Amino acid sequence: MKVLVTVKEVAEVEEDFQLDGLHVAEQYLEYDLNEWDEYAVEEAVQIAEENDDVEVVSVTIGPERSEETIRMALAKGVDRAVRVWDDALDDVDLLDVGAKTRLLSAVVEEEDPDLVLTGVQANDDSFGATGVSLASAIDFEWAAVVNALDLDVDGGVANVRRELEGGVEELTEVDLPAVLTIQTGINEPRYASLRGIRQAQSKEIKPMALSDLGLDDAVVESDLVLTDVYEPETESDAVYFEGDAGEQAAELATVLREKGVGAQ
Amino acid sequence: MSDVLAITEHRRGELRDVSFELVTAGSDLVGETGGDLHLAVIGGDVDAFADELALDGVDTIHTVPEGDEFNHDVYVQAIAALYEELDPTYVLMGNTVNGLDYAPAVAEQLDIPLVTDAIGLSNDGSLVVTREMYASKVESTVEVDADRAAVTIRSAEWEPTEAAGEPAVEAFDFELDESRVRSRVTGFEEVGGGDVDIADADVLVSVGRGIEEEENLELVQDLADTLGATLSSSRPIVDNGWLPKDRQVGQSGKVVTPKVYLAIGISGAVQHVAGMKGAETIVAVNTDPDAPIFDIADYGIVGDLFDVVPELIEQFS
Ligand SMILES: Cc1cc2nc3c(=O)[nH]c(=O)nc-3n(C[C@H](O)[C@H](O)[C@H](O)COP(=O)(O)OP(=O)(O)OC[C@H]3O[C@@H](n4cnc5c(N)ncnc54)[C@H](O)[C@@H]3O)c2cc1C
Ligand SMILES: Nc1ncnc2c1ncn2[C@@H]1O[C@H](COP(=O)(O)O)[C@@H](O)[C@H]1O
Repeated sequence: MKVLVTVKEVAEVEEDFQLDGLHVAEQYLEYDLNEWDEYAVEEAVQIAEENDDVEVVSVTIGPERSEETIRMALAKGVDRAVRVWDDALDDVDLLDVGAKTRLLSAVVEEEDPDLVLTGVQANDDSFGATGVSLASAIDFEWAAVVNALDLDVDGGVANVRRELEGGVEELTEVDLPAVLTIQTGINEPRYASLRGIRQAQSKEIKPMALSDLGLDDAVVESDLVLTDVYEPETESDAVYFEGDAGEQAAELATVLREKGVGAQ
Repeated sequence: MSDVLAITEHRRGELRDVSFELVTAGSDLVGETGGDLHLAVIGGDVDAFADELALDGVDTIHTVPEGDEFNHDVYVQAIAALYEELDPTYVLMGNTVNGLDYAPAVAEQLDIPLVTDAIGLSNDGSLVVTREMYASKVESTVEVDADRAAVTIRSAEWEPTEAAGEPAVEAFDFELDESRVRSRVTGFEEVGGGDVDIADADVLVSVGRGIEEEENLELVQDLADTLGATLSSSRPIVDNGWLPKDRQVGQSGKVVTPKVYLAIGISGAVQHVAGMKGAETIVAVNTDPDAPIFDIADYGIVGDLFDVVPELIEQFS
């Protein structure tokens, strides 16, 4: 069995930052593996540990810089990685869900996985859509926001829990092959061991350009145009307590006491 | 002229709030461009739902009596059939957990661009969607450079429509392809039910990822004890296994409305705020002056929780 995990290197913006055109200026960005994908990676690695003959392959659409992040997934037990990038992607302001779906579909065609795991959302542009869109494109069944997974490989189904709003979980049977979008908390992502980190150095990260996937530049063209990026006006009308921590705490204590907090 | 098809949502016999918000977003859109607002009600007691959805601004309600509960395969098929029949310019859906489960597939099957989690929509010639990026630190506008689009709207961003109207109600004749229903909902379960019900607390000390390490939780537990408050948290604390699931505030945790809510090292992500914005008084302690939690706070301390919390404990000891 082959499990394909989509992983994205996402940027987090520092507290103080500046914009440069339609982007946050590079020096204010810190890169890391998307939080949701960490859980998807762990889930895939656990499936490999619990079943015989499972290969776990990760795929990312990302520039060369992302290899460092991708290697962390390899260090945690992913067998090998595919990295899709192309000059045609360099100038794309917004890689929308449709474009990502076309690229990842081509990778699925190459790899022919039985199960695809993605994160629920990428924490930078937060479309929350790539996994389900991909499922539809490759004609896999799917389930979104999965916080428990019990795979019945012989029976050809995945028994999942979907985490709905308000503490309600939906129990669903999903026919395989499927795409599942993984919610945080589904497992406890492991730390990479030193041995894992060492082994990851020799694992393959295969770069693939559009032509390697049999695609042309048109696949990254989007009908969505990013027209503006700005810092939102604060809507805050909070009363701020100033001074050092002691003074701030004293003022807050006064307010809290007025509200009856701490009165024994 | 552009018609809008909005897809309503229900669960266990009740329409969800987002359905009424979609009516508002949809009628605003057709208000700008001219056109009709169509609603789709798929599954459940569609006639009862249609009665409730007879709202101002709605032109036609299409009922599809297929199944009791949400099933994404049914939704996608039904919406695709409705789309073909009605030929709408925009398909509006909710950015709910079920929205995450069907909206991307709808857009993909209809081969139209998808913009998710909209917090604003406008149209003067082309559709412009406002959305957030980088955990609400940045807002962006996305222009749809196509004739059609699918858009999901964030919950609680549009006011619900309550005023009654007189839409036509039409049963939509639709043949489900059962062979393409490849997932089955087998039940629902309520999680939680631990010893503490954070929804009952008058005062909540709520802790987020700013606490950094599990052993630091003692500090906020001390504060809660000193104040006679209950300890709750944002999601990552529960995901890490540091507190049980029934302590989680937010969209997928509990909705709380205490007298006082102290958010300590919590950024104020939309899914967290969904669970606590109804608190009477909100106090936020955060090192980042631009953290979105301050947008809804009544009192704010821009500062390090490791400095502020011990001082606060001191004040009450
Ligand atoms: C489908 C779905 C459902 C979700 N449901 C929920 C839910 O029910 N509840 C929920 O909470 N989240 C939920 N989330 C997750 C949500 O999107 C956020 O990821 C989460 O709320 C972030 O938690 P946080 O604020 O603790 O962490 P962060 O966003 O990482 O914020 C930590 C904050 O701490 C501040 N900080 C750091 N150090 C200090 C310090 N020393 N002193 C003071 N402040 C400091 C930082 O400035 C930052 O603002 C859900 C997400 C999805 C996709
Ligand atoms: N550039 C990318 N490369 C690989 N996987 C991605 C990429 N963007 C999104 N994904 C996957 O799709 C999930 C949802 O992302 P999104 O729909 O962009 O919020 C992420 O958690 C990833 O698993």
